[in-house]
Amino acid sequence: MATAHAPAADKYYVPHGSHWPIVGSVSLFLVMAGAVAFLNDWAGGWAFIPGALLLATMFFGWFHDVIGESRSGAYNHQVDRSFRMGMMWFIFSEVMFFAAFFGALFYARSLAVPWIGGEGVKVFNKLLLWPNYDPAWPTNGPARIGGHEDGTFQIIPAFGLPALNTAILLTSGVTITIAHHALQAGKRTQLKIFLAATFVLGFLFVGLQAEEYAHAYKELGLRLSTGIYGSTFFMLTGFHGLHVTIGAIMLVIIWLRTLKGHFTPNNHFAFEGVAWYWHFVDVVWLGLFIFVYWI
Amino acid sequence: MATHAHTDAVHDDHDHKPHGWRRWVFSTNHKDIGTMYLVFACTMFFVGGTMALIIRAELFEPGLQFVDPQFFNSMTAMHALVMIFGAIMPAWVGLANWLIPMQIGAPDMALPRLNNLSFWILPFAFMLLLGTLFVPGGAPAGGWTMYPPLALQAGDSFPMMIFAIHLMGASSILGAINVVVTVMNMRAPGMNLLKMPLFVWTWLITAYLLVAVMPVLAGAVTMLLTDHYFGTSFFAASGGGDPVMFQHIFWFFGHPEVYIMILPAFGVVSEIIPTFSRKPLFGYESMVYATAAIGFLSFIVWAHHMFTVGMPLAGQLFFMLATMLISVPTGVKIFNWCATMTRGSLTFEPPMLFALAFLFLFTIGGFSGLMLAIVPADFQYQDSYFVVAHFHYVLVPGSLFAIVGAVYYWLPKWVGRMYDQKLAKVHFWLSAIFVNVLFFPQHFLGLAGMPRRIPDYATQFADWNMVSSIGAFGFGFSQLLLPYIIIKCVKSGAPAPARAWDSAHGLEWELPSPAPFHSWETPPSAAVIARGAEH
Ligand code: HEM
Ligand SMILES: [Cu+2]
Repeated sequence: MATAHAPAADKYYVPHGSHWPIVGSVSLFLVMAGAVAFLNDWAGGWAFIPGALLLATMFFGWFHDVIGESRSGAYNHQVDRSFRMGMMWFIFSEVMFFAAFFGALFYARSLAVPWIGGEGVKVFNKLLLWPNYDPAWPTNGPARIGGHEDGTFQIIPAFGLPALNTAILLTSGVTITIAHHALQAGKRTQLKIFLAATFVLGFLFVGLQAEEYAHAYKELGLRLSTGIYGSTFFMLTGFHGLHVTIGAIMLVIIWLRTLKGHFTPNNHFAFEGVAWYWHFVDVVWLGLFIFVYWI
Repeated sequence: MATHAHTDAVHDDHDHKPHGWRRWVFSTNHKDIGTMYLVFACTMFFVGGTMALIIRAELFEPGLQFVDPQFFNSMTAMHALVMIFGAIMPAWVGLANWLIPMQIGAPDMALPRLNNLSFWILPFAFMLLLGTLFVPGGAPAGGWTMYPPLALQAGDSFPMMIFAIHLMGASSILGAINVVVTVMNMRAPGMNLLKMPLFVWTWLITAYLLVAVMPVLAGAVTMLLTDHYFGTSFFAASGGGDPVMFQHIFWFFGHPEVYIMILPAFGVVSEIIPTFSRKPLFGYESMVYATAAIGFLSFIVWAHHMFTVGMPLAGQLFFMLATMLISVPTGVKIFNWCATMTRGSLTFEPPMLFALAFLFLFTIGGFSGLMLAIVPADFQYQDSYFVVAHFHYVLVPGSLFAIVGAVYYWLPKWVGRMYDQKLAKVHFWLSAIFVNVLFFPQHFLGLAGMPRRIPDYATQFADWNMVSSIGAFGFGFSQLLLPYIIIKCVKSGAPAPARAWDSAHGLEWELPSPAPFHSWETPPSAAVIARGAEH
């Protein structure tokens, strides 16, 4: 190339082509097509499974390539910064995804439910439609959708398991920060221990959430189908739980990488990306604890 | 950097270029990916256009003649979805891919493999969406806005539409992240933010809007999905939810979405007008601030789509005034474009013609928007053909003309050949005349009370509907000239110089035509940047 005389640091880095993105597109399509077939009771819902496996392969292969390129020193400082910015904007998009469900919760709780109950100019709802409805939160609506046989349901008090879960997630936020400092200081043993502690706490959280779900479904009459309370409760905590699970899996992966000796004190984007993600699920949980469980 | 003045000469376009299908499917090259986006958008433009012609054929005369009402409704919903998510948005992403790296002195997009993923999700998303035409119950027929409970009554098409939207959203988010990161991190040294061309600026703000609102749309359609299949009550009052809540969430996405489709157009027009006026753009910085202001305001006006649905008086007042406020920064832009042309030495090559038509016709759409923003007036206009006229004026002679203008402006740079300008002018005049024949009468129809999304109508509306349909077929068939002109240019156009338009500024004109495979392999020199950035 004619640029041979330019100093290497001035030369831009452009990665070579890769087959992983197209594998990703195809697998996403298979997953979606399988889900469509399943929901429509068509034959072929099984396409979901190869799709999901292919998707996992894609993630594994794509990251494997990138890790290899990174460790061989192919990337420069600029590439590192692109990755960091990309991760931050991705997390921002996730924040906005949760914002939609929080918005639904706030809207339903402070506008829709009082209106159904006849607040203000909506008084005819009370007079003509639902005279006996008491619009108090929590609610499963005037038709008492879902819940026990008699349409009632109980909710999970904030200061029980949820408070414990809050403590667990907050602690995990501390342990990952300690792990990060250890990484920067070159204390590898401390790094490995605290990173392991972080994902153990993460999985513990997911386990306790599963326990709580089982309790809610079996004893409390609180289900996804329990009116607006059940809908907002399970959508918010469910998507959060999914994100914790994904985050914990990512933590395991970077832990395995530390065992293999990856990451140096000043070059560890993957570690930081996962740490940011972990803090993000932490903060979302605080919002959940306050607005879904507590007040 | 000053030591690299020699870099102008280092672009050879034959290194590393893979061949055959691999070049496209595995591509990490911003130009190839941009080309794929543009070809995809053009294809979808004709698919969506065919649907529009089915609509206009049915509306040519009162009475039901060609299609049954269910299919007619499918056509209105699918036409909008295909045009918005398949034609206009991908066309803008394609232009961003082609232009941003060249304009900021970068070799490529910041995250080239992600770029490939964002493109290749789209064909699959549209396989799902267009596949709905062939399933039991037919394609979605409840409007592109998917309001429940109507949207929940769709047949087997329902989950296909939802998942198609998830995929398009994922594609847009990844594409937008790539644009933000490219602009923030890949600018050549010396290309500071306030030296960037306006196309880059408007796209940066567009990308921000995309990352902020596409996930909200994903959330909204996810709630539709769970309401349909998993027993949730988000949009059902019996369970304590509210169908109006969907509209709020949808339009929180929807209004920024319309600005996503128009902001890059502002950027394109801000580049074309100075070139053919032979003057620097008037008020560059105020353009940047106006764009940012529009981006911000677009988040707080959404309920102007819902005035007739019912909301507290304070809400109506707030959304009315906030909406009208947008016309201030928009007015700044229109003023600046006019001031740029004042006392310029104007010539009227095809890109300039499209930009001028944009200026006049987009402004008409802005005015009808202002009329719609007035709450009591909107009570009359809502859901009538007046709304249809409004958004088609901002989208067709607005976004679409800007896209076509951009293609005619940068095509010589992309392929290294000049196109047949005479034919392009014919394309322009046919488009400009027919677009008005097509959409202007719809104002009259709407004001007289003709509802939108309806296959039949009272005989009093017959005359203008016939005129509108004639305009539609004229406009639709004139567009066939565009691919013809492009193909002819690629095959046999005369070679174009590096600076295809004598007074064009910007780094892309410092590169040879056609632009090399990797735009800038090393950062351009300060001298080159200074020459390119004289806006
Ligand atoms: C001066 C700026 C604008 C104002 C004040 C404005 C105002 C409005 C209002 C009030 C409505 C709701 C009408 C109704 O349903 O009753 C509306 C609809 C619409 N506007 Fe605009 N608008 C403006 C610019 C734009 C631009 C730039 C675009 C797109 C490029 C756009 C696209 C649309 C679309 C697509 C709809 C209809 C959506 C639907 O119901 O399907 N508008 N506009
Ligand atoms: Cu709007």
